[in-house]
Amino acid sequence: MDQSRSRREILQAAAALAGGGALLRLSIRPAAATPEMMKDAVRSVIGEAPVKKGKVKLDLPPLVENGNSVPCTVSVESPMTAADYVKAIHIFNEKNPQPNVISVKFGPRAGRASFSTRIRLADSQTVTAIAELSDGSFWSDDIDVIVTLAACVEEPKP
Amino acid sequence: MARALIHVPASAKKGDVIEIKTLISHVMETGYRIGITGTPIPRDIIDDFVCTYNGEEVFRAKLYPAIAANPFITFFTVATASGTLAFAWTDQHGATQVQTAAITVE
Repeated sequence: MDQSRSRREILQAAAALAGGGALLRLSIRPAAATPEMMKDAVRSVIGEAPVKKGKVKLDLPPLVENGNSVPCTVSVESPMTAADYVKAIHIFNEKNPQPNVISVKFGPRAGRASFSTRIRLADSQTVTAIAELSDGSFWSDDIDVIVTLAACVEEPKP
Repeated sequence: MARALIHVPASAKKGDVIEIKTLISHVMETGYRIGITGTPIPRDIIDDFVCTYNGEEVFRAKLYPAIAANPFITFFTVATASGTLAFAWTDQHGATQVQTAAITVE
């Protein structure tokens, strides 16, 4: 009788510990951005200008195995002449701790409005690219990506 | 600051659009990770990258913590004249690393 009680106690204690550990783990996860934060970030960068879909091509793998390094290419259809060129391209995400990813400035000297880099993704989410043209219009493209191994939550190596 | 790799074509025809690839070794620590002592690891990122062609700015990027470690950036420019391309990475503490590459334009 005594033995079984002590066993139950041990199990309860173990369960409590495990629960506590899970809670701790949750609490140390960085706060993720929300789609609203992304909208705010977009507005703070481009102002109140309307954003149309099209012209921009955001290239990301739809299924990402490792969110720590995701190849990403953005290109915009533009003649890139002194009269008609892409001024800037911005990438935003919904669920990383911070909604901004990169902001790039171009000029007519760029020749081609395209660049590639590698980004971090903390969760399956929508990634948006917005391009600002020299005539003041904004164009966008977005992609839903599924991330199996998230960035940022990994424990660092000792 | 760190080791940087740059790929620029050694020569190009005038008016050609050339591709430039750059990579610099840097941890790009986000500031959102917790270290083994339980305290957050301080943020340490490169936040600005500029490419100038014979002194004229052709490409500039503002980087955020969502850029993967060892920032790799490729972009394009028009080959206008022989000269040097200068690449400058600036980290959040203001330290700048400059690397140059020569190009011959026919």
